[in-house]
Amino acid sequence: MEEKLVFSRPEALVDMPTHYCPGCHHGIIHRLVAEVIDELKVRESTIGVASVGCSILAYDYFNLDMVGALHGRAPAVATGVKRSQPGSVVFTYQGDGDLAAIGTAEIIHAAGRGENITVLFINNAIYGMTGGQMAPTTLGGQRTQTSPAGRDPKLAGNPLRMSEIIAALSGPSYVTRTAVNKPARISQTRKAIKKAFELQLAGHGLGFVEVLSTCPTNWGLSPVEAGQWVDSHMIPYYPLGVFKEVEA
Amino acid sequence: MARTVFNEDRCKGCGLCIEACPKKILAFAEHRLNHNGYQPVASLRPGECTGCAICARTCPDVVISVYREARSAAEATVQGADL
Repeated sequence: MEEKLVFSRPEALVDMPTHYCPGCHHGIIHRLVAEVIDELKVRESTIGVASVGCSILAYDYFNLDMVGALHGRAPAVATGVKRSQPGSVVFTYQGDGDLAAIGTAEIIHAAGRGENITVLFINNAIYGMTGGQMAPTTLGGQRTQTSPAGRDPKLAGNPLRMSEIIAALSGPSYVTRTAVNKPARISQTRKAIKKAFELQLAGHGLGFVEVLSTCPTNWGLSPVEAGQWVDSHMIPYYPLGVFKEVEA
Repeated sequence: MARTVFNEDRCKGCGLCIEACPKKILAFAEHRLNHNGYQPVASLRPGECTGCAICARTCPDVVISVYREARSAAEATVQGADL
């Protein structure tokens, strides 16, 4: 019987084990980015910018030219890369502790300028790498190492909805929030990432894809329970959808 | 006919594929640990696999490769994400 390989590792993803915890959605999102890069046939011209956080080792996992940026500075580094190499395809891959905390200024201004880059923002509502501290995206009432009784908005403020903030600016071409906790959402996320890359290739300016992700280890849940927690807790506060889209 | 191939030593035993499989034919392998000490996933009833690749797309660690019967000899050489 002749058979056809219908699913295997994309070329843009290095064949090696990742350091991510069991069930961490980073692995899924890495693969989607690699699949899109392969599909658009831009692997040789793509330069990725890794952030600080669990995903810092993304530069080992992507079979691409990669730059490691200082904490939060990935959009500024990507701005420099894109302006000096205008023929390249440039993306940043940042967590919420990186983009929504120390890097808020950089992403706001890169988006305000409408830099022609793609920003992948992975939001799991906690600081993963440092051991599960409260992040700016931590939900009200959510227990973390530094909010053991649950985040108290009166004391610690309310979580930032970054997609809505970025969509309010005039620079970005595309702002969307997706999730990967169900098979259909994985396909939607892949389409969103592809669209953001296509808009960059067409020169339309910054594309911002927020992906709701899990942190089973620091949430204290099993990987399957963590996926359900995205539905029960995250999506009610962080609704999925397209917040801005220019005509391509 | 379709079949899945598990790169067992890469499996971290998260179980997301077990949950995602529409045929519910995946389970943790009994009495077996992989290279890293995780209980890997295996197919209980490989004959029922339809080759939908939802397990593979859900896996965070690219453990699973999926093969399906080719409709023609030319198709047998085509690779990749065309679903």
